[in-house]
Amino acid sequence: MNSAIHFRYEVLRTLRNRVFYGVTLALPLVLFFGVASGQRHGTFNGTSFPLYFMTAMAVYGSMFAVVGPGARIARDIAGGWTRQLRITPLRARTDLTAKVASAYLLALPTLVLLYLAGASLGVRLTASQWLEMTGLILVGLIPFVVIGFVLGYLMPVDALTPALGGIVVLFSLFGGVYGFELAKSGPLFDVMKALPSYWLVQAGKTVVAGGGGWPAEAWIVIAAWSVILVPVAAVAYRRNSARV
Amino acid sequence: MIPDSGPEGGIVLKHLSKSYGGVPAVRSLDLAIAPGETVALLGPNGAGKTTTIDMMLGLTRPDQGTVSVFGVPPAEAVQAGWIGGMLQTGAPLDHLRVRELIALTASYYPAPLEVDDVLRLTGADAFAGQWTTKLSGGQAQRVRFAAALVGDPDLLLLDEPTAGIDVEGRRDFWQSMREIAGQGKTVVFATHYLEEADAYADRIVLIARGQLVADGSATEIKARAASRTIRGTLPEGDAAALRALPGVLAADRHGDAVILSCSDADAALRALLAAFPAIRDIEVRGGSLEEAFMELTADLGDTPADVLEAAR
Repeated sequence: MNSAIHFRYEVLRTLRNRVFYGVTLALPLVLFFGVASGQRHGTFNGTSFPLYFMTAMAVYGSMFAVVGPGARIARDIAGGWTRQLRITPLRARTDLTAKVASAYLLALPTLVLLYLAGASLGVRLTASQWLEMTGLILVGLIPFVVIGFVLGYLMPVDALTPALGGIVVLFSLFGGVYGFELAKSGPLFDVMKALPSYWLVQAGKTVVAGGGGWPAEAWIVIAAWSVILVPVAAVAYRRNSARV
Repeated sequence: MIPDSGPEGGIVLKHLSKSYGGVPAVRSLDLAIAPGETVALLGPNGAGKTTTIDMMLGLTRPDQGTVSVFGVPPAEAVQAGWIGGMLQTGAPLDHLRVRELIALTASYYPAPLEVDDVLRLTGADAFAGQWTTKLSGGQAQRVRFAAALVGDPDLLLLDEPTAGIDVEGRRDFWQSMREIAGQGKTVVFATHYLEEADAYADRIVLIARGQLVADGSATEIKARAASRTIRGTLPEGDAAALRALPGVLAADRHGDAVILSCSDADAALRALLAAFPAIRDIEVRGGSLEEAFMELTADLGDTPADVLEAAR
């Protein structure tokens, strides 16, 4: 049993899905240059606009990348090969680990491309700040990885693509990914602050403001989403395996 | 007698039952298969063959009863890489080439076969570089066969392996299968093709409406049903006198032609020649497996045609 091979083919299958992967790479990049070029010297929420929007678009692209395995799960279930896998010694844990790892691996190029784009518009961070921001984003993406799994196991394949896209768009809209925030205070702002996407977008601003990562509130939000979603994913997985 | 457990235990199904929404699919099935046997699960559509195979694979949990594969539950046998299964459906994973999919499947097993050998054996080498989404039905079937085989399992469970493929493809498939079964593997395959069961299985387990109807070699199954028919031309002699002959079950007359269904054709023929020396054009025929099949499944109160109809 060699889990490295399974991992390698998970990565390969995503890369070969060229349209999907191309969009997750290109769309945020296009949006970044389209919006941020004109606001090179602008500011947003007390930080430079390019830094803010670079982070936002890196988050946007990587959210699409990490929900990707969900789409693959739904396709494999619909095709019937998931049942074939269940009569091999491949363990569910190995399969899921490979899917998570491949999702993260494929989110990295999105981040790097956006960082380069940001640097071209004047974003300057120290090496440790780049790394810290990347670390925060990777942690903040956990709930989205799990959302991909939940929907992949529960939803029919033809409904899944719009569902995943819609969810990423909603989280982006309420998280302030699109270059504006829906509210600065009040109940709507409280809702926004309860979303992992909101804190993901803050990652750039946070590292510039001087290390130490997110405020406690952000960690609680991301931990809460993960803690609630992981058992839901486990139930979704079992429901699918019980299907006969 | 096959022991219940231990690696030599073969496959043991005990009082196996499964219903779907109150409709029984498998009803208290008992079956023991020795290592190395090639067994056909023969029955019409809807007989419970797939459900039985799924329970042997651990894909479906029985309502009652147990399955033991080489002494352990199916899930453990699967985990150990002892079982290779070929399901009826299963579109090969997309964005992979055939060879890659088989290599990937091989990586799950502790001691797989050489991928190239398996591709050659299953005839999938001809399209090994093809994308898995661009395969014909027959090619996809070979890929599923290769996936079942590549882990070098001791038990092969094949659910209607030749359904929907042409005659030539079927012949190729069974040729490969013979080679594999010859290596001492235990093979269980479900089929509704009588001639396949007859030609390729050491043993036929006849299933209808979720129940075991008959179990034995093809010859034994045929013998179980009204075995032979004697035909001849005989202008005189009434049906009742013919029916009274030893070994005769039924006698019919169509003009000068008489047809005797016999349980013991040898005894019947001797008596017939002694009693009616005028008989000529004598012909003795063995019943076909198909006739045996019809007869045995008809005992259940429904004709196979009804069962087929109900399954649709």
